[in-house]
Amino acid sequence: MADTTRKAARPVLPAAPAGPQRAPAPRGARLSRRLTPWLFLIAPLALLLTFTYAPIANMVAYSFTDWDGVSPELTYTGIGNYTELLTRSELFEVFFVSGYYLAASVVQIVAALYFATVLSFDVRFRNFFKGVLFFPYLINGVAIGFVFLYFFQDGGTLDSVLGLFGVETDHAWLGTPFSANTSLAGVSVWRHLGLNFVLFLGAIQSVPGELYEAAEIDGASRWQQFRHIIAPGIRPVLSLSVILSVSGSLSVFEIPYIMTGGATGTETFVIQTVKLAFQFNKTGLASAAAVVLLLIVLAVTWVQRRIVPDEKVDLV
Amino acid sequence: MTRRTVARALVHLSLVLAALVVLLPLTVVFLTSLKSSGEMANGSGALTLPDDPLNLDNYVTAFRDGRMLSAFGNTAVILVAAVGGTILIGSMTAYAIDRFHFRFRKLVVALFLLAALVPGVTTQVATFQIVNGFGMFDSLWAPIALYMGTDIVSIYIFLQFIRSIPVSLDEAARLDGAGAFTVYRKVILPLLKPAIATVVIVKGITVYNDFYIPFLYMPSEDLGVISTSLFRFKGPFGAHWETISAGAVLVILPTLIVFLFLQRFLYNGFTRGATK
Repeated sequence: MADTTRKAARPVLPAAPAGPQRAPAPRGARLSRRLTPWLFLIAPLALLLTFTYAPIANMVAYSFTDWDGVSPELTYTGIGNYTELLTRSELFEVFFVSGYYLAASVVQIVAALYFATVLSFDVRFRNFFKGVLFFPYLINGVAIGFVFLYFFQDGGTLDSVLGLFGVETDHAWLGTPFSANTSLAGVSVWRHLGLNFVLFLGAIQSVPGELYEAAEIDGASRWQQFRHIIAPGIRPVLSLSVILSVSGSLSVFEIPYIMTGGATGTETFVIQTVKLAFQFNKTGLASAAAVVLLLIVLAVTWVQRRIVPDEKVDLV
Repeated sequence: MTRRTVARALVHLSLVLAALVVLLPLTVVFLTSLKSSGEMANGSGALTLPDDPLNLDNYVTAFRDGRMLSAFGNTAVILVAAVGGTILIGSMTAYAIDRFHFRFRKLVVALFLLAALVPGVTTQVATFQIVNGFGMFDSLWAPIALYMGTDIVSIYIFLQFIRSIPVSLDEAARLDGAGAFTVYRKVILPLLKPAIATVVIVKGITVYNDFYIPFLYMPSEDLGVISTSLFRFKGPFGAHWETISAGAVLVILPTLIVFLFLQRFLYNGFTRGATK
């Protein structure tokens, strides 16, 4: 019996262990296949968590404390920082400065839309104008700051040009809050117009050319072509530009910091936050400010996503 | 004259005006960079031409006293490391997300998506503490790590592109016995070349121009990149506009050259980057 079973089992045995033995192999293979994507994701995820999510979590935590960023001690102060932000008017005033940039971005979008429309038709030196309008977007912010410090300087570029037209002025362009903020917002338009323009141009050109030809044959004017063909085609990009402008206006830093250092009422929210955190060592308060800004930007983005679903934004 | 020709003339006029508005401030700074300090002291107007159009003294001063050479060196090191790192990180993430089905895949995608909405400027207060905790403060590692680790746009560009590479190519390589890593290195990475080019251009220009991160994280003068070194011109050269102008022109020139040679790629790259 034992013999026969052994004999009978013999031919089976090599096969039988083969099953269980080979099964662990696929199981191992499956395990390694399950691990493979994670091997590729380890470094990216580690960086993402360390430099994006950990800071957000810490920031929210700091915002409820009075930490100075250096000392090992900190006390929990509840919503104290947030009430301070809302009640100390000078901390809140920086939001009014964003108003200048917001207004400027309206000008910027309208101008970009105009130039994109004009240059989508056949114009002489089209590529030259396209390049000239886009180039400022690529220039280093510090260089732009200096270029325009000289531009607005007493007896600088602007005064000289006005002098050519017989307008003699000794107006200090960066001297009063209104004038300074308007000038700085103007620089911001000069710098960022190019991106909006190229985005709009790309959207307009992705509209099939036959549509324009058909409209032309039907006797549609340029305005009618804009209204009925171009405008609907660029809606998604337009809404994207609006959101970029809003979050951009709230987080302006470079141009005013480089040009005026935040003097004469040109301090923006980010300049104030940087000063609070790194000059006055008020990490807790600065964190609260940053949380507020983050929430506003997220809210704006959320509203935009609700209005225009993002899969429509597909240019390339 | 018909209405259309008038309209056309006005359109051209507006374009010429816009071109002037863009080019005039830049031209004036270029002219100023060629003037001697004597000319400036004598009240040479902004629109006056320099006496000697080949006067490069200010550029020498900017290079020597303004430490522009070491600034260009530091920028180059950061640029190469950050762009290289971004390409690796971005393409690996895109490969893992697009080509594998694994548990928590949706969560991972959501984490990257959500991060794209967080503007970097807002979180620096707390990021600073983390960078400091790693001992990277005031070293070239801080900007390299931050540029590499917080660039979601590049991941999007790679993701968008990898979808257009047929999966059958991976499968064919797998049948030939290639593992996941070989597929990534031998099949995916070479085919991602156009996306890599886009990322190199967009990321390269962004890193070259960035001021905020090097300003916050590398206060040492030896670690100046072009933005921060140029910013420091404000102190010692205070009213010496001819030197400051030379520095600004030095910084703008490489951008201009890149722009003239790679125009088409730049338009596409930035369009892709912004619309994700």
